[in-house]
Amino acid sequence: MENNNRAKIKNEGASLNGNDKNNKDDGMMWGRGFKFGDDISTDLIAPGRYFHLRSNLPELAKHVLEDADPEFASKVKPGDIVVGGRNFGLGSSREHAPTIMKIAGVGAVLAKSFARIFYRNSINIGLPVLVCDTDKINEGDMLEIDLRKGVVRNLTKNLEISFNPLPEVMIKILSDGGLVDHITKNKGFNL
Amino acid sequence: MKTITEKILSTHAGRDVRAGDIAVVDVDIIMAQDGTGPLAVSQIKKLGFSKVANPAKSIFFIDHAAPSPRKELSDSHKVLRDFAKESGARLSDIGEGVCHQILVESYVCPGDVVIGADSHTCTSGALGAFATGMGSTDIAVGFALAKTWLLVPQTIKVNFNGKLGKGVYAKDLIIYLIGKITADGATYKALEFSGSVSSGLTIEDRFTISNMAVEAGAKAGIFAADEITKQYLGQRGRAECFKEIRADEGAKYEAEIDIDCTEVEPMISMPHAVDNTVPVSKIDKVKVDQVLIGTCTNGRLNDLKIATGILKGRKIAEGVRLIVVPASKNVYIEALHAGIIETLIESGAAVLSPGCGPCVGVHQGILGDGEVCLSTQNRNFKGRMGNPDAFIYLSSPATAAWSAVRGFIADPREVL
Repeated sequence: MENNNRAKIKNEGASLNGNDKNNKDDGMMWGRGFKFGDDISTDLIAPGRYFHLRSNLPELAKHVLEDADPEFASKVKPGDIVVGGRNFGLGSSREHAPTIMKIAGVGAVLAKSFARIFYRNSINIGLPVLVCDTDKINEGDMLEIDLRKGVVRNLTKNLEISFNPLPEVMIKILSDGGLVDHITKNKGFNL
Repeated sequence: MKTITEKILSTHAGRDVRAGDIAVVDVDIIMAQDGTGPLAVSQIKKLGFSKVANPAKSIFFIDHAAPSPRKELSDSHKVLRDFAKESGARLSDIGEGVCHQILVESYVCPGDVVIGADSHTCTSGALGAFATGMGSTDIAVGFALAKTWLLVPQTIKVNFNGKLGKGVYAKDLIIYLIGKITADGATYKALEFSGSVSSGLTIEDRFTISNMAVEAGAKAGIFAADEITKQYLGQRGRAECFKEIRADEGAKYEAEIDIDCTEVEPMISMPHAVDNTVPVSKIDKVKVDQVLIGTCTNGRLNDLKIATGILKGRKIAEGVRLIVVPASKNVYIEALHAGIIETLIESGAAVLSPGCGPCVGVHQGILGDGEVCLSTQNRNFKGRMGNPDAFIYLSSPATAAWSAVRGFIADPREVL
């Protein structure tokens, strides 16, 4: 059951990032790693000074992660992978934070741990967020994510990092395509 | 034998639930604000709904950028006003105040489940409710169905015992606690505040502590609903919604943390993390450009009273800007009647209309490059107050008021 669901998410995760090379049925994802430290807050991802752009997400996405890395938005390519440390996404509940990462092309976020609201928001909007040991990844490493096997392969360093499986309830929501689609499809919660 | 969280969530799940269970629960109160509401509205529409399930307890607050400083935000505010009218939801417009303050004043009852598209929704836990922050999509589903899903969290019991020393307030206790357990020390958990100090705290002090539970990563920060809760609800004309709620003897906690409050000094969180804490007595001399007293953490009547106790007959230091924002219209009116606003203005403060003020970095006091702000708010992340090249320190209202007078971060025990 879990394997089937996992296979479905893979496809969902892959199709959500809109990148041809990642848009395969086998659910594999590839991208360059962009490395960030611990405690990347939603203020760093979607700064308050751009509050007025929250009604214009493509414009807000041009400032994604600006206060953590001012160059990030101009460097990121579809499918690239954000790699954080501990407590990624802490702070404000603004769903705009994972949303503009997705719009900017980020395919997945890897971190040692996530703040609760950010994690839930990411699943709800269909951005894969995976908990793993990110010390084994450096800036610019080429990464391959195999959602079925639960493994991140660091192709640059030639090593494998396993990630914790997503909770069952998150798998159900992700495989339905996010929370709105889950509710629409099931006419309510079916968790 | 249940924790407060397990009791409330069992009632709302219609079955017995324990920490670790996944539960779909009925929600009593659902809210969003002007930063998160417009996205929630578009998600509600995407779900195919034009009405909300429980109009009397579904509220949109315009408080984060209120009144609007830009046309884009004026348009977002219009989205909320129009949708409230169309859906039957309540609207709390400019001048009413910060969402969390209005929720505790007028909506939340002990035992409620409250969800809000704002991370500081945990404030309402001080009334013995289970209150937690979520994103716009979760809240959209909440508005549409008056239900949400939750992982029933493990609870960490925090025992505040001993005695509060001079110049030490609830804000100092919560900063001290977060420094001890760190910014992710309670991620996915509920904090339940207990001990002799907790049961003696005023309801306003409890709001301050519950408000900052999320700064330790917590899902909720809960106090038992007791005689003090009952008195507060009575004063607000809501005596009928009181019910006593406390944990069962023998409830299972993941951990217990004992804090001897006698040892806690006035505390400061230093840039750029809430858990970067130090007693004010040990901080190097830090000159302040701006001081903010207000927000959902410390913008209540007693906070303003403590500040004026220090500011009365004094002037703020040259070169310091003091901004005061009452948390709600009620607080503002009560402060006016008590002569507090006049004292604040005479000391040199700029008093703003109720709302979030400069805390969110949108307007009303954005910091300049290299500037330092000492604030009574809950969060000091880089860029929080609109400028990533500025520095935010956090403290109690007493420390903030005395520092405004001295011109640098100063120990309120010098004057109390």
